[in-house]
Amino acid sequence: MPGLTFTYAVDGNDYHKAGEASRSAKFALKKLGLPPEVVRRVGICMYEGEINMVIHADGGTATLKVGMDEIEIELEDKGPGIPDLELAMQEGWSTADSQANQLGFGAGMGLPNMRRYSDEMQIDTTVGEGTTVRMIIKIR
Amino acid sequence: MKVKEIRDLLEAQILCGEDQLENDLQGVFASDFMSDILAFTDSQQILVTGMINPQVVRTAEMVDMKCIIFVRGKMPTEEIISLAEESGMIVLASRFLMYSACGILYSREEDPKPCRV
Repeated sequence: MPGLTFTYAVDGNDYHKAGEASRSAKFALKKLGLPPEVVRRVGICMYEGEINMVIHADGGTATLKVGMDEIEIELEDKGPGIPDLELAMQEGWSTADSQANQLGFGAGMGLPNMRRYSDEMQIDTTVGEGTTVRMIIKIR
Repeated sequence: MKVKEIRDLLEAQILCGEDQLENDLQGVFASDFMSDILAFTDSQQILVTGMINPQVVRTAEMVDMKCIIFVRGKMPTEEIISLAEESGMIVLASRFLMYSACGILYSREEDPKPCRV
């Protein structure tokens, strides 16, 4: 997919900074003049994914590829992986700790929200190795 | 509803966005769960919450909200206020509990409709 690529390192050690990469990405997409609804959907998907990376995987890398017709978000981490993906996709299921709860997360809505706001979502995960989430948001 | 009306109704302190007192804002969403805000807000411009952390501002920003009202007497840190300021958001702090704050705002809506998911 030709176009612009933005890459962000997500710091997994600082809960306070969780969401900063998504904030920068949203700012960059706004500057490109993309439709507000598209920018909003990309922001929500990336933000939920970024929070998940901080809570569960000690951070990782977020990449945005902006094409003519769609935006691809790739979130890659080297965390513990997801043992039961079907369970993890259920609204309300969470393994987040109390620190995540203090931030207002960990209610088991992250992955369901990412699925809700993306047009396509694929998760590759291996226990002990990590997780890669790819989401597509169509521009038109 | 104008920001200054919200401030007066909720006996709130304005912490940033004083230059936007005349702005007219529409729609309120209240929650302490950030993912619920991401999942269920539509075009609401006002967030009512009792959570105090930078993620509140980032979450509100992701869904294009314009104003955060911290309730239950919670007072955001300078860091949180600066983050909101950078984003051009209005921040208010009220001593009302969330239930009361929402009741007051709901009763003042021109055409209040209960929302369901």
